[in-house]
Amino acid sequence: MDFLNALILLLNYIFVPALAYGSQLAIGAIFVTLIYGILRFANFATGDMMSFGTMVAILFTWYFQSVGLSLGFLPTALLAIPFAILFMGLYMLVIDKFVFKYYRLNKSPPVQLAMVSIGVMFVTQAAVRIIIGPSDRRFFDGEKFLIRANEFKEMTGLNEGLAIKSTQVITIVVTIILVSTLFWFLNKTKTGKSMRAYSDNEDLALLSGIDPKRIVMITWMIAAILATIGGVLYGLDKSFKPFTYFNNMLPIFAAAIVGGIGNPFGAFLGGYVIAFSEILLTYAYKKFFMYVLPESMEPDGLIQLLSTDYKFAVSFSILVIVLLYRPSGIFKGKIL
Amino acid sequence: MRKNLNVIAAYSIMMGLIILVGIFQSWNIALSIFNLCLISAVMTMGANIQWGYAGLINFGIMGFTALGGLAAVLISVNPVQDAWSAGGTNILLSLFLIIGIVLAVRFVLKRYQKSKIRNYIIAAIIISGIIIIRLVSEPGIEAIEEVNPARTGFLGGLGLPIIFSWIVGAFFAGGLAFVIGKVALGLRADYLAIATLLISEIVIAIIKHEDWLTRGVKNVIGLKRPAPYEVNLQETEWFIILVEKFNSGKLVLISDLSERQAALNQFVIEGSSVFVKLCYSGLFLVVVIILLILTQKALYSPWGRMMRAIRDNEEAANAMGKNVVKQHLLIFVLGSAIVGIAGAMLVTQDGLFTPGSYRPLRYTFLIWVMVIVGGSGNNFGAILGGFVVWFLWIEAAPIGLYLVNLTTAGLEDTHFLKVHLIESVPYFRFLMMGIGLLLIMRYRPKGILPEKIEIK
Repeated sequence: MDFLNALILLLNYIFVPALAYGSQLAIGAIFVTLIYGILRFANFATGDMMSFGTMVAILFTWYFQSVGLSLGFLPTALLAIPFAILFMGLYMLVIDKFVFKYYRLNKSPPVQLAMVSIGVMFVTQAAVRIIIGPSDRRFFDGEKFLIRANEFKEMTGLNEGLAIKSTQVITIVVTIILVSTLFWFLNKTKTGKSMRAYSDNEDLALLSGIDPKRIVMITWMIAAILATIGGVLYGLDKSFKPFTYFNNMLPIFAAAIVGGIGNPFGAFLGGYVIAFSEILLTYAYKKFFMYVLPESMEPDGLIQLLSTDYKFAVSFSILVIVLLYRPSGIFKGKIL
Repeated sequence: MRKNLNVIAAYSIMMGLIILVGIFQSWNIALSIFNLCLISAVMTMGANIQWGYAGLINFGIMGFTALGGLAAVLISVNPVQDAWSAGGTNILLSLFLIIGIVLAVRFVLKRYQKSKIRNYIIAAIIISGIIIIRLVSEPGIEAIEEVNPARTGFLGGLGLPIIFSWIVGAFFAGGLAFVIGKVALGLRADYLAIATLLISEIVIAIIKHEDWLTRGVKNVIGLKRPAPYEVNLQETEWFIILVEKFNSGKLVLISDLSERQAALNQFVIEGSSVFVKLCYSGLFLVVVIILLILTQKALYSPWGRMMRAIRDNEEAANAMGKNVVKQHLLIFVLGSAIVGIAGAMLVTQDGLFTPGSYRPLRYTFLIWVMVIVGGSGNNFGAILGGFVVWFLWIEAAPIGLYLVNLTTAGLEDTHFLKVHLIESVPYFRFLMMGIGLLLIMRYRPKGILPEKIEIK
C-alpha cells in the first residue's frame, strides 16, 4: 500500500506535470529546430511569436464566448486555434517578406539573421503588449479536472490523491497528434522529404529541382501552426502573460540544443529531458521517502536536491554540460 | 577635422536633443537621461569590444551587469557583525571547500590521462563536494538569514567607499567571463549567443535566491554615495549662495522679502538634485573618457590589427601563428569587465540593488540594439548608439503619446480605441526599438557611424 501511495505521489507531482510541461516545451523546440534547420538561424523571437499566436487565439476565444459558442466541457480556445493559425501564418509570411527574405537572398551570415530576429522580437512584443496588454490573463473555460484528488482517493482508498487537470490531458493528446502528423509529413510526403533535403544540403536540393520559395513558405506555415498550438497549450495550462512567454524562449532553446538542433525528433525528446530534469531535481522527496522507507529511517530534511528557485538554472546547466561534451546534442543534430 | 565631421555632427545633435529636454521638460530629467546614457555608453563599449573588434557574440551582458552591481553591494555596505558571527565560519569553510574542489579537479586533470575513469573521478569529486558544501553551508545560511531579516539578513559588505566597487565589479565580471570563455568560446557564433544568454540567467537566478549574500529579492537599499546628499546640500551655506548667484536675475524681480526667500528655497531644492546629478555626470564622464582613450589606443595598436585580422579571417590569422583561442578569451574577459564597471556604476547611481530588475530585454538586448545602431567596431559609434537608443527608450513614451493624440484627434476622448492606445503608450518603446533596429540592419548595416580603419 505504501508503495502504491509513493507511486501515486510521484505520478501526481512529477510525472503528469512534467509530461504536460515537456510537451509544451517540445512543440516550441521543434519550432526552433525547424527554423534553424531550414532557414538557418537561431530565432530569438520564438517566445514572442508564440505569445502573438496565443494572443490571437485569446481574442478569438473572447469573440466566440461573446456570441455564446462553446465546446461544452472542452475549452473554447481549441475552437479558436484554427483561426489563430491562419492569422499567424499571415503574420509569419508578412514578416518573412519584409524582413527575413532580404537577408536570405543575400546569403547573410546566420549571426546577422539572429540579430534581425531580435528586431522582430521587439516589434512582436510591442504588438502583443499594445493589443492585449502585459497583464496576466486566463482564458480557460470548460471542465477543469479530469480526475480530482478527492475523487481519486475515494475511488482507490489510497492516502495520496491523483489530480489530472483536463488541460494536461489536452496538452498531451494534442501534442501526440501534432507531432505524429508532423513526423509523418516530414518523413513520408514528398514535400516533407524535399524540406529535409533542403535542410541537409541546400545546393544539392536546388540542383534536384526543389523550389526554395515553396520550402520556405511551408516552413513558415508549419512554424505558425507550432507556435500557435504550443502557445495556446501553455496558456491554457498556466496562464497567458507576454513576459512569461518571452522567458520560455530560454528552456525551449535549451531543449532544442540538447536534442541536437536541426533534428526535430531530438527537439521533441529534448523538451521532455528538460522538463523532467527541472522537476525531478527540484522536487522535495521527503514524503516519497516517508512512504518507501521504514519509519525508523524517516528523513528529517526536505530531501530536495535544489530549491525550486533554480528551476530554470537546472535546464541551462544541462545545456551547458551537453554543449561541452556533445556539442551536436544528445541525438546528433547539425555539427556546431 | 573634415573626416570627423559626421562624428561631431552626430554628437552635437545628440547633445542638442538632451539640452532641448532640459529646456522643455526639466534639467533633472535631462541630466538623469544623460547619466544613464553615459552608463549605457560604457556597456556598449564593452559589447563593442567583443563584437566589433573580435566578432564574439555575448548575450550575457545582463549577467555581467548584475555582477558589477553585486560588487557595489559587497564593497560599500557595512559588514553585519551579527551575521558574520552567526554563520560566517560556515560560509568561509564552504568557500575553502569550493577552492579545494577546483584544485582537486585540476590536479586530477593534470595528473591522469584522458579516460573514462578520470571522468568518473571528476564527477564523483564534484558531486560529493556539492553535498558536503550543502551540509556545511546550510546551517550557516539559515543562521545568517535569521539575523534581523527585515533589515539585514545577509553578510553585508566591506564598508569601503562605493567607488572602489567599479574596479572590483570589473574583476568580478572578468572572472566570470574567464570561466564562461573557457567553457563556451569554442562554440559557433549563434550557439555562443544562446549559451551566454542562458548562463547569464543562471547568474541572475543565483543572485536572486542566495539571500545570505545579496538579500535576494528583498533588495539592498540606501547604498553609500560618492556624491553629496541633497538634504545636506540644502543646508550648506556655499551652495545656497551659489544658487542665489545663479538665479539672481529671477530673484531680483520678486520684491516681497518672504516671497523671495520662498522662491530661493524652491531653487535650492531643485538645484541640489541637479547638483548631485551633475556630480554623477562628472564621475561617469571621467570613466567614459578614460575607457574611450584606452579602447581607441587598443584599436589602432598592433593588437587591434591582430584582433581585426582574427575577426575577418580566423583561419588565416591562425595560420600566421596568432593564438586565436587565447585572444578570444582575452577580449571576452576585457569586454565583460567593462560591462561589469557599468553595472557597478548603475547601482552607484541608483543607490539600490534590485536583483529582480535584471531582465534580458533591458540589459542584454537593448545594449545590443545600441551597439548595432551606433556602429559596431567604432567606439564613437558605440557610445553614440548608447546615447541615441537610451534617449529614445526614455522619450518614446512622450513621443508615442504625441503620435497617438495626433492620429486619434478625430475620435472622442472616451472612445475605447483612444483610451486603449493611450494606456499602452509605454510599450511604444519596444516598437520603436524593433523598427529602428530592423531599419538600421537593412539600410545601414554598419550603424550610424560605421567602422573606419585608416592605416597610419
